[in-house]
Amino acid sequence: MIERTRVLDWIAHLTVLVGIALLAFPLWLAFVASTHPPEALFKAPVPIWPGDRFFENYHAVLVRGVDSVGGAPISVMLANSLIMAVAIAVGKIVVSLLSAFAIVYFRFPFRMLCFWTIFLTLMLPVEVRILPTYQVTADLGLLNSYTGLVLPIIASATATFLLRQFFLTVPDELAEAARIDGAGPMKFFWDILLPLSRVNIAALFVIMFIFGWNQYLWPLLITTGDQMTTIVMGIKRMATVADSQPVWHEVMAVTCLALLPPVVIVVAMQRWFVKGLIETEK
Amino acid sequence: MEKRATFDNRVLAYLLVAPQLLITFVFFIWPASQALWTSVRREDPFGLRSEFVGFANFARLFDDPSYLASFQTTLIFSAAVTALVLGLGLLFAAMADRIIRYATGYRTLLIWPYAVAPVVAGVLWLFMLNPTVGIFAYALQGIGVTWNHQLDGNQAMLLVVLAAAWKQVAYSFLFFLAALQSIPKSLVEAAAIDGAGPVKRFGTIVFPLIAPTSFFLLVVTLVYSFFDTFPIIDAITSGGPARATEILVYRVYRDGFVALDLGSSAAQSVILMLIVSALTVVQFRYVEARVQYQ
Repeated sequence: MIERTRVLDWIAHLTVLVGIALLAFPLWLAFVASTHPPEALFKAPVPIWPGDRFFENYHAVLVRGVDSVGGAPISVMLANSLIMAVAIAVGKIVVSLLSAFAIVYFRFPFRMLCFWTIFLTLMLPVEVRILPTYQVTADLGLLNSYTGLVLPIIASATATFLLRQFFLTVPDELAEAARIDGAGPMKFFWDILLPLSRVNIAALFVIMFIFGWNQYLWPLLITTGDQMTTIVMGIKRMATVADSQPVWHEVMAVTCLALLPPVVIVVAMQRWFVKGLIETEK
Repeated sequence: MEKRATFDNRVLAYLLVAPQLLITFVFFIWPASQALWTSVRREDPFGLRSEFVGFANFARLFDDPSYLASFQTTLIFSAAVTALVLGLGLLFAAMADRIIRYATGYRTLLIWPYAVAPVVAGVLWLFMLNPTVGIFAYALQGIGVTWNHQLDGNQAMLLVVLAAAWKQVAYSFLFFLAALQSIPKSLVEAAAIDGAGPVKRFGTIVFPLIAPTSFFLLVVTLVYSFFDTFPIIDAITSGGPARATEILVYRVYRDGFVALDLGSSAAQSVILMLIVSALTVVQFRYVEARVQYQ
């Protein structure tokens, strides 16, 4: 900065640290609650320092299961969430790579119509067309299946735009050289374009994995069996049990487990996350 | 911008766009047109026949005081969330930008809530403000405030606003920080040489330069609070007490899936589609403008 004003620097540090503490406090409380025996959480005030039941509580929810959600072990829900998140992320990236490649590198009738059709999906989030989309999915016999969880949401306008934007910056000479050397379009795509897109694909993967892991309304509508419950849905069912207090130490242990994978991915892949976030919104 | 070097293979091109277009048609455009169709029809009580009723479903909605109240609830909720998200995001970004040497470390500690699912954010806040065990509810009790969001509509609103904003501050922080760091240092230095202090520099130079980012964040945060906050409402209040937190998106779900009023739910879907389309158009017009300036 321009002037060296100690006071202002201290105010800056202090503000940011207060912000960090405010954001982290709910997570801290959740973690603390997950390490205490149930009796400690029956009435206020709840403890604000960790207890000694970390291993017992996490072992219990992961292996033995939680009564309020049909006794299913949380590890099943974690596996469901993982399958769904990875499938959505990979599906969105593959579908978008192919269509962006077609739109940028081919000339064909109705090319721009295709482009605008994809664009239209931005204006139709699941929340505004839930009932008819549910009916279509039910008519296709996709309720209670991984296909039904994943397929209807793997169209992605944002990913297609990001990749289109990137493909347009790839030098024309590369495609020309490939053509002169007799490489077909798919060979060019596989051997040249895909390796060049690595960073963008990583960025998209982080964003789409979080999107997939955090899906709530869609899985809620199309799954009914306990075997298909994702962890995000499971938490809601545990935290809002009718006519009784939730079993808080279990709820909070599951909460920590549910937010760990996406948070770890964002922190560990921060560079790609920031890139993906800023570029998908352009 | 177009490519000079392209491939000539129409069949392959159509095969490549086919997956995306197929999903778009089957799961986006077809359901949306179904919603449009249903919104101008009324089913008989047994669901056997339906007849064309024009805009009757819409008229019925706008005659319904509880729907207008839901509109108002949505506006209050969105305004509060947006103000908190933009205000706090800008504050933290401006401060982190000042101590740039530590900005990356601080950034990590500020952005992680963005990865937390809305439902999980809702449950975290529910735990802190639960009337029986919540630590803040207990603290409020200590200073003579009775906290029970299950009975008090205003308290319920405050709780969902806090949970929704908590998750999203990270997003506006990131964009504001990127915008602040892209401001040429020479501009700020020139103003400093002319004797402008930090506050004056922020008001006359920095803020106008980040105005486009602010506008963009305004639109994105509005979309977030209109549509993506459904899980937070569902986890914390289920729209209650007495519909005090029933935002439009929650109501579509309730009327469609719980009350099974198809015509009304479809009409509400159409209204929401119009809102999100308008916001998307605003957002993209602005992006075009930004690209041209660069």
